[in-house]
Amino acid sequence: MRSIIDIPDLSLAELDALMDRAEDIIARPDDYADACRRKKLATLFFEPSTRTRLSFEAAMYELGGQVISVAGADASSVAKGESIADTVKTVSCYADIIAMRHPKEGAARVASMNASIPVINAGDGGHAHPTQTLADLLTIRREKGGFSGLTVGLCGDLKFGRTVHSLLNALSRYENMRFVLISPEELKVPSYVKSEALKKKNIPYTQETDLERVIGDLDILYMTRVQRERFFNEEDYLRLKDSYILTPEKLKKAKKDLCVMHPLPRVNEISVAVDQDPRACYFRQVLYGKFMREALILMLLKEAGTL
Amino acid sequence: MTVDSIHNGIVIDHIAAGCGMKLYHLLGLDHTEASVAIMMNVTSHRMGRKDIIKIDGDLPLNFDVIGYVDPDATVNIIQDGRLKEKKRVPMPTRLENVLRCKNPRCISTTEQELPQVFLLTDAGTKEYRCAWCETRAAGI
Repeated sequence: MRSIIDIPDLSLAELDALMDRAEDIIARPDDYADACRRKKLATLFFEPSTRTRLSFEAAMYELGGQVISVAGADASSVAKGESIADTVKTVSCYADIIAMRHPKEGAARVASMNASIPVINAGDGGHAHPTQTLADLLTIRREKGGFSGLTVGLCGDLKFGRTVHSLLNALSRYENMRFVLISPEELKVPSYVKSEALKKKNIPYTQETDLERVIGDLDILYMTRVQRERFFNEEDYLRLKDSYILTPEKLKKAKKDLCVMHPLPRVNEISVAVDQDPRACYFRQVLYGKFMREALILMLLKEAGTL
Repeated sequence: MTVDSIHNGIVIDHIAAGCGMKLYHLLGLDHTEASVAIMMNVTSHRMGRKDIIKIDGDLPLNFDVIGYVDPDATVNIIQDGRLKEKKRVPMPTRLENVLRCKNPRCISTTEQELPQVFLLTDAGTKEYRCAWCETRAAGI
């Protein structure tokens, strides 16, 4: 049974096919209105989520399917000590596909090994969140028309941010990409991620600490949150936290067709005033995420023989 | 320094100096009643210094552990006082219930009866990662 736990589970051809499908759903939504009729998505979210959970549920409803869900670990048998294995074996009797978020890293892999229906990882702790990366990819393709020749700036917490690592993995499979990694020294991309995604493929990249110095070179600016709890001392956090607040003033130095992205939620790293700028793509990114989840649900249900 | 020869058992020779105790613990030899001799920093023509483990008795050993700790170590199987087999154990691609994941957020810390599985992700650097959360195993 095919499940999607992390972005490497999908080939480049499959990523492209999913984006093609999502574009088709955007263009012809009525053709998909009954695609999943009488099929059920189980959303098992064992930690808080706003966007991802609603996105999965909206996606299934737009495909004509239905949704059953568990509202948090406290409301499920997990609170009584039930294992993930037993939980998903049970849910497999009720639903056709599972979207699961869990605070423990590797939980989705365990679920996929025990479920008899496809499992989509909707975030397992700090490990992986593949459908966020699918949303990111479609956003870039829709906003820039493709991937070749782009200079992508990743900014903020590049050490612990799971979205950054997955996005690097996905984008590094496309040809003629260039990366600018903008972060404090303390939050640089880990060497093993750089080695796998960039060095082994000879993909050009630079590491910077000053966003304003490089913002003019970028076609994509992917902002992430610098998190206080990641710093060993408060002084460093206070010194660095404002370095990466994107403001209309900083955007004056950027290209006219820059695409500003963010996996959300933001705290203060993008000024609210930037929302009015046509280069702010992060809410469109949310919308594209829903269409990619629709495409993924369709793909997995077809492969499972359910559709 | 001399240690009595063994009649039936295993001699793990040419262990990189300093790795003998790690191998002793990972093989679970600290929980066996068999006679075990560990020699550390023994002079070696080939290696300069080496460690040796001699196990007297027919113990069921997880040979993957030897390949994990030192794939260049030599395993000599002794039967009836004679060398029955001499071999090296290549670095295993998968280790089950040998290492424990150190990541407190890993699902293996809470899921009932989930085995501790590590996969070889880079043979060049001997890098193993947890099959569940992909956290890198601490080095030898």
